Amino acid sequence: MDIAKKAALVTGASRGLGEALALGLGARGVRVVLTGRSRTSLQPIVERIRAGGGEAHALESDIADKHAIYPLVGAATALVGDIDLLLHNASELGPTPLRLLLDTECEDLERVLAVNLLGPFRLSKALAGSMALRRTGTIVHVSSDASVNAYERWGAYAVSKAALDHLARLWAAELDGHGVRSFSVDPGEMATRMHAAALPDADPSTLARPSDVAAKILNMIESRQIENGSRIEAGSWEIAS
Amino acid sequence: MNAATRPRAPGDPARLLIVDPERDAFDTASITDLPEFVGHGDTLVLNDAATLPASLRVSDALELRLCERLDETRFLALCLGHGTWQTPTEARGVPPRLAAGTVLEFGHGLSARVLEGRPEPERLIEIAFEQRGAALWQALYRAGRPIQYSYLEKPLVLWDVQNGYASRPWAFELPSAGKPLSFETLFRIEARGARLTRLTHAAGISSTGSARLDAQLPLPERYELDLSLLGALRESRERGGRVLAIGTSVVRALEAASTEIRSNGSRVTSLLLGPGSRLHTCSGLLTGMHEPQTSHFSLLEAFAPRALLARSFSHAERLGFLQHEFGDSCLVLRGALGSGAQLLQAS
Repeated sequence: MDIAKKAALVTGASRGLGEALALGLGARGVRVVLTGRSRTSLQPIVERIRAGGGEAHALESDIADKHAIYPLVGAATALVGDIDLLLHNASELGPTPLRLLLDTECEDLERVLAVNLLGPFRLSKALAGSMALRRTGTIVHVSSDASVNAYERWGAYAVSKAALDHLARLWAAELDGHGVRSFSVDPGEMATRMHAAALPDADPSTLARPSDVAAKILNMIESRQIENGSRIEAGSWEIAS
Repeated sequence: MNAATRPRAPGDPARLLIVDPERDAFDTASITDLPEFVGHGDTLVLNDAATLPASLRVSDALELRLCERLDETRFLALCLGHGTWQTPTEARGVPPRLAAGTVLEFGHGLSARVLEGRPEPERLIEIAFEQRGAALWQALYRAGRPIQYSYLEKPLVLWDVQNGYASRPWAFELPSAGKPLSFETLFRIEARGARLTRLTHAAGISSTGSARLDAQLPLPERYELDLSLLGALRESRERGGRVLAIGTSVVRALEAASTEIRSNGSRVTSLLLGPGSRLHTCSGLLTGMHEPQTSHFSLLEAFAPRALLARSFSHAERLGFLQHEFGDSCLVLRGALGSGAQLLQAS
């Protein structure tokens, strides 16, 4: 699938993988809406995309808030038209240093689920119906290896990502016959602010660059070889020739 | 007919009145039975306009309701005076006269300048927002609320006024015919071999507070559809398939497009349909319950004779059918009631 001239919405686009995805989309000719909690950190990325000849817009939004969903979706579609690509990248780690489940506040788990699970569900609910009616659309869920491995202290984040993986599978199961693709990607360990917050002792030089991982994810979106509903590890994925 | 006073809960499907002008008969069912009345080769056309937060407050004495988008920042707006969301529009105060050049502040960083007044009709003004692009849309969604209806129990939020398949925010009020349709029902219709397609129509305001202005409804409305849709619908009709419009806004757009459209892109139509109108594209219509004397009822008369509509609507009213945005549904479609159906014959 050629994604040029399509329209995309990227959450958590102000830094890390989200920023790299937005820049990559813009460079590939996609009209891209960036959203995050701070407009001021989104705007420089928008300017970079525009400087490269692309179309981009910044919308400030907290996707954990149910009543922020239609304002975001409405403003995004008003600016770039029907959304073809939805990238659920925004993530909340919870309080750091990461803590044992027994030390996790109930409210912290709720907040993590609101950002990492409820937000993606609500956004997809607001956009996937139109995708099904148009019989086209791709929804990407950014996951983590914590979704399949029970790492100590990653509890809140890990359960949210395990649920997100399954949400990706369920959208695919229900919408496969309606032209909508949904999959999740484990990006692997990247040199991002989130990674540094979770594992401050890691050596950044051993970590993947967000731009390389973003390029792979965009290749996945363009590839016809991704099975609907699959969970893909970016580190080991290659385009089959 | 009584009004529905709250958005419908998922476990409470709308009732469906089926009117078949070919058999001069009607029957009732549930909206979840709609797939039974649609067959292989038929096409449903849905209006995928999302609903804007088109109600903007300047003060207790002035509310603006956006009713047509003229260009990127210019809108036509209706002014309403004193009153809350629970005040019926016709009981609202007379809005203040706004001189050209007046700047209206809506809060949340949204403001607009009043442009040259239109002498007629009264209460309609042209405004130009002072923001544009992402700043305009972000501020509009913060400052605006969905247009409210005084007969509801609670004020509406944006979630209440979106159809599940909606995309771009073009509609000023909810295109409500699609609201009772669950995806369960839509996908069952597809599984029966019918096609689902879309157009976008900027459904306008339903009530102005002025009898003189109400008589002019619907105001001109913008729509957009793909030229290939018209060709596909023509081919489908030639093969015997029926075209079912989901909502009066879809009828207006399709019938206008049948005579006006020569190229892709959006346009504005003033087309009014009523008894005797020749329908070029639509075979039938799914809509809400409408009372005689309304423009919606008049449009229904393009599909079925007034006497049949009046009889069937009285019957539905006796059964407790509800009208307005969150009310029950009505299908007017020739051949909808096959020979095996239990018919309530015209009597």
